[in-house]
Amino acid sequence: MAVPLSAYVIVSAVLFVTGLIGVLIRRNFIIVLMSVEIMLNAANINLVAFSHYLESMAGQIIALFVIAIAAGEAAVGLAIIIVVFRGKISTNVDEMNLLKW
Amino acid sequence: MNVFDSLVLLIPAFPLAAVLLNGLLGHRYSHEVAHRLAWGSVGLSFLCSIAVFIHTIRTGQAREVVAYKWIFGGDLTINLAFLIDPLSCVMLLVVTGVGFLIHLYSVGYMHGEEGFTRFFTYMNLFMVSMLLLVMGNNYVVLFIGWEGVGLCSYLLIGYYFDRMSAAKAATKAFVVNRIGDAGFLIAIFLVFVNFKTLDYTQVFAHASQLSTEMATAIALCLLIGAVGKSAQIPLYTWLPDAMEGPTPVSALIHAATMVTAGVYMIVRNHAIYDMAPMAMTTVAWVGGITALFAATIGLVQTDIKRVLAYSTVSQLGYMFLACGIGAYTAAIFHLMTHAFFKALLFLSAGSVIHALSGEQDIRKMGGLKNKIPWTHALFLIGTLAIAGIFPLSGFWSKDEILAHAFIHHQYVLYGMGAVGAFLTAFYMFRLTYLTFYGHSRMDHHTAAHVHESPTIMIGPLVALSVLAVVGGFPGVPPEAGWFHSFLHPVTAGGASGEEHVGISVILMLMGVATAIALLGWGLAHYLYAVRAEAAPELASRFPAIYRTLLHKYYVDEFFDLAIVEPLKQLGRVWDWFDRTVIDGIVRAVGQGAESGAAGSTWIEKHVIYAGLNVIGYGNHLAARSWRRLQSGMVHHYAGMIVAGLFILVHLILLWWTGALPMGLALR
Repeated sequence: MAVPLSAYVIVSAVLFVTGLIGVLIRRNFIIVLMSVEIMLNAANINLVAFSHYLESMAGQIIALFVIAIAAGEAAVGLAIIIVVFRGKISTNVDEMNLLKW
Repeated sequence: MNVFDSLVLLIPAFPLAAVLLNGLLGHRYSHEVAHRLAWGSVGLSFLCSIAVFIHTIRTGQAREVVAYKWIFGGDLTINLAFLIDPLSCVMLLVVTGVGFLIHLYSVGYMHGEEGFTRFFTYMNLFMVSMLLLVMGNNYVVLFIGWEGVGLCSYLLIGYYFDRMSAAKAATKAFVVNRIGDAGFLIAIFLVFVNFKTLDYTQVFAHASQLSTEMATAIALCLLIGAVGKSAQIPLYTWLPDAMEGPTPVSALIHAATMVTAGVYMIVRNHAIYDMAPMAMTTVAWVGGITALFAATIGLVQTDIKRVLAYSTVSQLGYMFLACGIGAYTAAIFHLMTHAFFKALLFLSAGSVIHALSGEQDIRKMGGLKNKIPWTHALFLIGTLAIAGIFPLSGFWSKDEILAHAFIHHQYVLYGMGAVGAFLTAFYMFRLTYLTFYGHSRMDHHTAAHVHESPTIMIGPLVALSVLAVVGGFPGVPPEAGWFHSFLHPVTAGGASGEEHVGISVILMLMGVATAIALLGWGLAHYLYAVRAEAAPELASRFPAIYRTLLHKYYVDEFFDLAIVEPLKQLGRVWDWFDRTVIDGIVRAVGQGAESGAAGSTWIEKHVIYAGLNVIGYGNHLAARSWRRLQSGMVHHYAGMIVAGLFILVHLILLWWTGALPMGLALR
């Protein structure tokens, strides 16, 4: 018996919400970054599941793109963390407010 | 354009070039250059005039030369064009010839004066204007010249503008001339209304279609202009005052040329005058009365130039008299001879004044005969000519006018002219006797410096004296001389028909004229040479008459009282009105504008700025609260993104499906 589509969607939703909560409540920048990766992967699960369900390769191709972008995003994010860490000796998100006005 | 046309154009062009050079660049070079340019240009004009004159004699026909088309549009065409006919030829020769001699004389007379170049610039400008006046082929060019000579007259009377009397005399001349000019302008308008053109040829060709009333109106308006320019009653008062100018100016402008412009204009317009017998009579009477009136004033004046000025007014009166009785040729003839002998007299008087270091009062002269013999001889020739002694020029021209009046049964006018002639002879010989004969009444300082004038002044005088002697011969015999046949194409068709008279009448009139002149001479000789104390006795015996004459019949005082002072009063009233009412209105408007501006400033400050400030402050407040959204915390932003995404997704789903996703998920 094949796993139903709803199971994939539920797993994906759980993962996404996990990542989302991680992004919103964790203070450590690295964890925030990892949570973003989780959210991206939740999206990837959805893409692949729907690709299989709809018998279209487009979803899987988009998933590959997302993985590639996630890698780039991780690289940029880590670079930012290093720069901030050098300057402020902190990786806590709530201690940085450089982005305001 | 043939050679003749270019010669005609060159006549006014030479002095014009000299005006431009001397006027604009005169300060760059010496007086020597300036005066050479001045008299040289007039001399060249004179040569051109002679050539044009000879050509006109040969062809015997009038010719129009268009310099350029000036105004054209609709039925109005005005060209800057010249009419060369016998009349303008005579005027050209007189103006340029006498003008040339006077320019030469001025070199000596004005030597060392301040504004030497300015003087010659004005003189040349006068020549240009006068040439335009006599050469123009339409009323507009005539008017330009007319105003131009008026302007130059003003400038040259006021040449010594730092002298109050000169400045006042200049203003007086200008204002009085303006009165005449107004009449002249109205005449030009009337001509245009009636003929739809201003060209002489066309106007005069159709002049006979004028109604008598219209012709009279035009003629009288022209007469007003002529009276102003030619110093006839009642507008003559400016001319004696004009003697404030340098003597060459008096000779050129106020004796020989400009003041004769009125006579020229009437002769030029005789086709219109012929249609208006009433206007003709007016002209004759104005002339006759002026001739007599001015001569009586001349009897007692003590300023050498003023005597000559009244004499000029009187002689111009003769010319008007001639015009008025239809003797146009005689008028021009007398104009010509008068230009010769009056220029001679004025310049000789200038020579006397020069010799006496500026003294003009004949009571302080006397006994100059041997000290300045040349001047004496020349002045005497002028006196003989103007007095009408046979066979000098004045005899022929004046006699012709009187004879014409007599033959055409204008006995009253003849009588006035004859008495005038007697007075002329008397006051001219009085002037001569008081100046040159008897014992000297000069003070020692002046007497020590008496000197004969330099050759540059005597030379032109000699030339003028020759002209004054022989100038009458072209008009001999009276009414049938060469001069008359030359001018006949222009002046033909006079109102008075041909009257054939016997030679005996003419000889009789000549005899009477000579007798009158000799009588005047004799009386002057008796009063001022034989019995020197007789004249003051006469004056004290008739003090009222003497004083009246001395004060020129109180005409100036009368004009002052009757016209000038009321006008001044009116001026003061208007001044008051201007200061209080008009200025009041202006000030009120200004005040209003000022308070308006203050009000609007207040509104701007307190209303508009306030509004702007409210908006700005509102923005400021709103921004202060809204900027809290930008905390700079990444998770705040992330939270907002999530919240936004949440709302967006719900809205989209609501829109698509009409139900909320929660309901969908629960189902």
